[in-house]
Amino acid sequence: MKIAFTVSGDTLEAPLDSRFGRAPKFLVYDLDNASFEIVDNEQNLNAAQGAGIQSAQKVVETGSTAVVTGHCGPNAFRALNAASVKIYTSEASTVAEALALYRDGKLSEAGGSDVEGHWV
Amino acid sequence: MILAVASGKGGTGKTTVSANLARALEEKTQLLDCDVEEPNAHLFLHGKKLDSTTINIAVPKVDASICTGCNACGTFCEYSAIISFGKAPILFPEMCHGCGGCMKVCPQHAITESEKRIGTVETFQSENITLVHGRIDVGVAMAPPLINAVKKCIGSDMPAILDAPPGTSCPVITTLRKVDYVLLVTEPTPFGLHDLSLAVDMVRELSIPFSVIVNRVGIGDERVHTFCQQEDIPIIMEIPDDRRIAEAYSRGELMVDALPEYKKLFQDLFEKIKKEIQVNAPALN
Repeated sequence: MKIAFTVSGDTLEAPLDSRFGRAPKFLVYDLDNASFEIVDNEQNLNAAQGAGIQSAQKVVETGSTAVVTGHCGPNAFRALNAASVKIYTSEASTVAEALALYRDGKLSEAGGSDVEGHWV
Repeated sequence: MILAVASGKGGTGKTTVSANLARALEEKTQLLDCDVEEPNAHLFLHGKKLDSTTINIAVPKVDASICTGCNACGTFCEYSAIISFGKAPILFPEMCHGCGGCMKVCPQHAITESEKRIGTVETFQSENITLVHGRIDVGVAMAPPLINAVKKCIGSDMPAILDAPPGTSCPVITTLRKVDYVLLVTEPTPFGLHDLSLAVDMVRELSIPFSVIVNRVGIGDERVHTFCQQEDIPIIMEIPDDRRIAEAYSRGELMVDALPEYKKLFQDLFEKIKKEIQVNAPALN
């Protein structure tokens, strides 16, 4: 199973980015073989509109079935839900920290969007 | 003749120029306020409302029973207004620009049109001026389809003056398409110059003949004039920084009505534009 984390760096120690739609990159972690890849999301970082929906599409393309991020807006939430991708929000400072919380079952699934669109 | 009044910076005097020019012409003239997010020309014309029309755009409606989830629609849509993840697509009507592309590319013909209201187009008559303006609904973030609805009202039997929104983005480009001439209104300040240079790049890209009007001459510095000289851009009119103009404006009065000595300035402007268009006409053909 793959999980997409929103990040601004390239390693597990990189900060977990609090934005979903406008996250600069996704760190896609594969739980089955404990490896990860970095997927660039720069295009959506600068999108005028629709960043959340297009980021959701990008996450789906990576084969991820869960997302760990800081906050999730309404359009991104609807799109991820439609693609049956689970959404977890976390205030963890790094990806490694968020991953540990996920493994320990300490992350709870978001029941809805927690911010308005264009919140930052 | 279709003439647009634009600017990079907001608040430089687009409406002042377009409304006063329309009044000064003294012949039947159309004034089209294309700043549909905040139309204001009507505040100075005090016209009688003749008509109000609701404007809708065509947003998609999906028949889930025949959709195969191929996502041809989602791949086509530039704005992510429709997207499918292997099943019937989800819709984001507020992102839809109403192009109808998804309906055309759907191999199953599962997508049909449904209407979404975006605003109104209203017409007023004020002496010689027929004013048409768009008024976008609160919460709608997409001005271009409404601006196009305003522009559809352009008649061929009288001059049309388009009061553009500020800036250089989609609503302005939509306003400037297919106009004969653009007046760029600026003020002689560093902000005015910065945004004027963006607006100049825009109209050059669109290949529309243009010139500059400097409003509130007397404030700021000389840099706008120097820029125009260096770039070989004609300054077609200068409006002085006259306190009486501001006073008339604050009362919702037109400059040419309150201060008739300015009427000739606008009449001369129109004659100069006509000449400019004639000079530029061979280049356009």
